[in-house]
Amino acid sequence: MTDHNAEQMGQGRGGMPAGSPQEYWRRNIRYVAVLLAVWFAVSYGAGILLADRLDAFRIPGTGFPAGFWFAQQGSIYVFVVLIFVYVFLMNRLDREFEVDEGDDE
Amino acid sequence: MTITAWTFTLVALSFALYIGIAIWSRASSTSEFYVAGAGVHPVANGMATAADWMSAASFISMAGIISFLGYDGSVYLMGWTGGYVLLALLLAPYLRKFGAYTVPDFVGDRYYSQRARRLAVVCAIFVSFTYVAGQMRGVGIVFSRFLEVDVTLGVLIGMGIVFFYAVLGGMKGITYTQVAQYCVLIFAYTVPAIFLSLLITGNPIPQMGFGGADQETGTYLLDRLNGLHTELGFAPYTSGTKSTLDVFAITAALMVGTAGLPHVIIRFYTVPKVRDARISAGWALVFIALLYTAAPAVAVFARTNLIDTVSEQPYAEMPDWFTQWESTGLITFDDVNGDGLVQYVGPAAADAGGAPVENELTIDRDIMVLANPEIAQLPNWVVGLVAAGGLAAALSTAAGLLLVVSTSISHDLLKRGFRPDITERGELIAARVSAAVAVVVAGYLGINPPGFVAEVVAFAFGLAASSFFPVIILGVFYKRMNREGAISGMAVGILFTAAYIVYFKFVNPAANTAEHWWFGISPEGIGALGMVLNFAVALTVARFTPEPPEHIGELVESIRIPRGSGEAHEIGA
Repeated sequence: MTDHNAEQMGQGRGGMPAGSPQEYWRRNIRYVAVLLAVWFAVSYGAGILLADRLDAFRIPGTGFPAGFWFAQQGSIYVFVVLIFVYVFLMNRLDREFEVDEGDDE
Repeated sequence: MTITAWTFTLVALSFALYIGIAIWSRASSTSEFYVAGAGVHPVANGMATAADWMSAASFISMAGIISFLGYDGSVYLMGWTGGYVLLALLLAPYLRKFGAYTVPDFVGDRYYSQRARRLAVVCAIFVSFTYVAGQMRGVGIVFSRFLEVDVTLGVLIGMGIVFFYAVLGGMKGITYTQVAQYCVLIFAYTVPAIFLSLLITGNPIPQMGFGGADQETGTYLLDRLNGLHTELGFAPYTSGTKSTLDVFAITAALMVGTAGLPHVIIRFYTVPKVRDARISAGWALVFIALLYTAAPAVAVFARTNLIDTVSEQPYAEMPDWFTQWESTGLITFDDVNGDGLVQYVGPAAADAGGAPVENELTIDRDIMVLANPEIAQLPNWVVGLVAAGGLAAALSTAAGLLLVVSTSISHDLLKRGFRPDITERGELIAARVSAAVAVVVAGYLGINPPGFVAEVVAFAFGLAASSFFPVIILGVFYKRMNREGAISGMAVGILFTAAYIVYFKFVNPAANTAEHWWFGISPEGIGALGMVLNFAVALTVARFTPEPPEHIGELVESIRIPRGSGEAHEIGA
């Protein structure tokens, strides 16, 4: 834990969260914004708006036109990864700001 | 064993399993009935969510629709999976922290308004019934084709099973039955897909197989299919015919609608912690993606097989499945030119001399997945398995929807509305009675399906997108959002979306073409515009009306932070 964090902890009331809730929320919004930008790029971007242009290329080693692949396969894989990245980031953020829910029991 | 014998055996076994689970997991309190006591493991909840979500439409119809639409079918694939990203990032953790039993609960408390709550209840019930009708129709199709029983009897059997575990077990019974149903349905979907992939491309993984080469000709399967399509006068499979804007709007409406569907949202109340709600959305999407990435592969295999089997072949030599589906009226053949061959062609078809060729074959796209194993001549047990899987998909979704209806009535309308003094016991009885009534209504709709089932599905998504999604998002992310803004936003969103759909689907269906649509957006995609309107109206009205009371600000602050989710239940309830 860095000195900065330790100092914030000292300011917390009776073991209450270090770091302010406002800061926690700002970080959360930033994560969500970045992840949703990727979400938009693979589905609406590669899968729809740019699909025709991407179809000129193929996914290497397969018969998939690239735009078609993003629309019917790639975007779905990315969606799954996005959620797990979000879970990882948020769990870390919760611990950093000490707003996590603790372990079972 | 024959196909019918296999189907009977597998369907009976799966039903026995569901009933066994229902008896083991009876609900004894309202908390167990509504949210399974908030004690479901996130992976189990992910599976249950996947089964809840993947309906007869996903299992039976989707691959068929994609196989007829090609690229345009992508709207369903992206729309019905991308919504889970919104759900995980923007809704599930906060709603879990809020810790209510239902969506109207959140709307009513966050916007300190009984009117908002009742508006939400009406939407939740309408959306759910719309959906249930479709599920029961799925049950009817499977029974009538594979078990050769009357549709009515089939629906009655389905009703009996759902009645048993939904009424007895509530959310607890439904959750554990759905876990079993997920296993049945994904097995039933994957097995034929692997068989087909091996058969056609030699690759055991369907998701990769349909990008591979056709074993017979050595050309890429997609290229070969595009070639067949061009030859027969259809649009190329891998590029669409819909306008880009329309594809964009439909995808958006389906995504946002998915995130706003009450029977999906309610599932995230059943896990113990906020952390579990996040990861459980991830697991749900993993389990959904298994089927959703296989579906476009199945679509390509089915399409190729179908064209190879019927095109320019003598009608007299059509295989068994062809004549059997013909007898259900879902395949029709009319030998227009009297040559005894089946001409299955698209609108741009022309013969060598350039004269147009008429299509002689119509195929209901709902039958593709069910007929697929037979078209590919897979073993009989695979055919039976597909029937059991289709039933699992339909029943699991129906049960989840019925629970929303019953909870809306016993909890939102009675406990939190007209009869706040109702006892726990009384509320539980009311929940069971309304679940029972809902099963009967759903069964009636299944036996006498309104002719517009397919049309009203657009409604369900459009309304969920244009009503719930914006008010929940604003409720969490915008502290200043008040009662007046939320109610007017919901009202405008719903009225606009409903008016557009009703006009084009029921009042003036003849005008339902691209040149009459606003900005070229079809009724299926109009929910996206309704959602934008909802946001715009809500934000504008909120600026000119009083701020929400102080305790709402504190409520929002507490929703945003995970710690303390355990106690939230008693406060919410």
